[in-house]
Amino acid sequence: MKKVFEKPKSLGDKHFSYCPGCTHGIIHRLIAETLDELDVRERTVGVSPVGCSVFAYEFFNFDMIGAAHGRAPAVATGIKRSHPECIVFTYQGDGDLAAIGTAEIVHAATRGEKITVIFVNNAIYGMTGGQMAPTTLLNQKTDTTPYGRSAEANGYPIRVCELLSTLEGTYFAQRVSVHNPANVVKAKQAIRKAFTNQVEGKDFNIVEILSTCPSCWGISPLKALDWLSENMIPYYPLGVYKDKDAKKEEVAAAS
Amino acid sequence: MGKKVLMKGNEAIGEAAISAGCRHFFGYPITPQSELPAYLAKRMPEVGGVFLQGESELAAINMVYGASASGVRAMTSSSSPGVSLKQEGISYMVGAELPALICNVMRAGPGLGTIQPSQSDYFQATKGGGHGDYHLIVLAPSSVQEIVDLVRLCFDLSDKYLNPAMLLTDGMLGQLMEPVDFGDYKPGHVEKPWAVNGCKGRKNNFITSIYIQPDRMEQHNLKLQKKFAEITENEQRWEEWELNEDTEILVVAHGTMARIAKSSIKEANRSGAKVGLIRPISLWPFPVKAFQKLRKIQKVFVVEMSAGQMLEDVQIVINGRVPVHFFGRMGGMVPTVEQILEKIRELARSPVNA
Repeated sequence: MKKVFEKPKSLGDKHFSYCPGCTHGIIHRLIAETLDELDVRERTVGVSPVGCSVFAYEFFNFDMIGAAHGRAPAVATGIKRSHPECIVFTYQGDGDLAAIGTAEIVHAATRGEKITVIFVNNAIYGMTGGQMAPTTLLNQKTDTTPYGRSAEANGYPIRVCELLSTLEGTYFAQRVSVHNPANVVKAKQAIRKAFTNQVEGKDFNIVEILSTCPSCWGISPLKALDWLSENMIPYYPLGVYKDKDAKKEEVAAAS
Repeated sequence: MGKKVLMKGNEAIGEAAISAGCRHFFGYPITPQSELPAYLAKRMPEVGGVFLQGESELAAINMVYGASASGVRAMTSSSSPGVSLKQEGISYMVGAELPALICNVMRAGPGLGTIQPSQSDYFQATKGGGHGDYHLIVLAPSSVQEIVDLVRLCFDLSDKYLNPAMLLTDGMLGQLMEPVDFGDYKPGHVEKPWAVNGCKGRKNNFITSIYIQPDRMEQHNLKLQKKFAEITENEQRWEEWELNEDTEILVVAHGTMARIAKSSIKEANRSGAKVGLIRPISLWPFPVKAFQKLRKIQKVFVVEMSAGQMLEDVQIVINGRVPVHFFGRMGGMVPTVEQILEKIRELARSPVNA
């Protein structure tokens, strides 16, 4: 019998420990498929964050290192600068990347570090039990915003792709979602682009992936997919925010 | 032997690191270590190395964490307030058992303090500094030549024990110019099969400091403690100076302070006093072995540029056998030869066991 579908080599044998309905598993698989397709598994180093994906190194079948909270882009910088031949990526949540690690992500991007960043935005701190994240939406209830996030008390949610796309060192920035199959396909294309760019030696690449957290949102996995679509996408519009390749094409077309 | 060159202490740290095979420096500007990054910014490109100025001390130490994890010799440097910021990364490096050189060219604290020399980070350097049960290997030079020797030793010990090592010096030695001989030292090749740099031809590696099961975490801690015990047994280093069978007053000082104390001791002995010096070179492990055979010592005198930090380790090792006296200055003020001499003479005049 011909095998038509199998687990990517870049995934290990360990079962995911994520909650039911959490989309980390889908995102892990998309990364693993991409690294297999680009045939770079054996020269990849992944940096896992502090947050729900702190144990990501247990699920991937390539070299991995755990970073301190928010510091993954600095750790990735140290690895990439020492081993430019390696494909280095960080896997970070919203608290890790957009709160405690804001300086590290902004400066890795502005330096044009030749790394890939997979930014999983589920608008909440999952691992610590559901506190307000920098991307928690206005009026969204969390453990630390029990009456809903108010702009007056807590300020506004951060749009990371928009922010980083203003930096010259950012080569590629796209926001995608994995709440339905059509979007999973688009997410895969974005991830593939972000890794291909690194293989080609291009500067900083980030893919922001809107993700669900049924456990901490307090709703069922299915409802969580709808909640993402109805509440997160309007505030965090999907699309390409920066693509220096596209700019080059535009310039070429105009001349 | 090579020929001698005149160098500033801070620059000598950089050249010594290059001679030790370090090609990766990550730092952030702060006085009084500024000549070191400036030197390496110029030198690293000449030797095909990486000099990178990070956005913060946090970023710099985490770049070192990444570089070291990928298998290369890596370093960072800073001065006191900056070293405080690095503590998180240092704790993670100990937990993940990663080697590196961390230089602290000390200035006076607490807080922003001042840029003048101090030894007031002794506690932070030798007692852990960050969270968790751990120690750094801490070496304290007292000349520019010794800076060169100890930078190399820091790298070697750090690779051997898979624990970060700190070169603890101060603004005075960092700024001081002295002739140094780089000799013909060649760094040995160290296999790092644990490094994360692509898993071609082997099983995948991972580096972490998290073990979520407490029994597993305890095992990891026991492993680290076993290593610290081994370092304590094998790596105590000190200098004995003017110390002999009939020494009555033992001065204990490290780094810059020991240099100054030597002048005071020389003067005191010229007028008949019996004073000797123990200069701890390894501040952690503290050289307790140096204090084992000092039977005729009647008084111990600790001199520091602090309120008395190494003093506590001396008190522990003396354990009440003889009185331990102290003189220190703080805030960037440096005890003078005359001040120390005066204290030694007071001690010499005072009755034994006072």
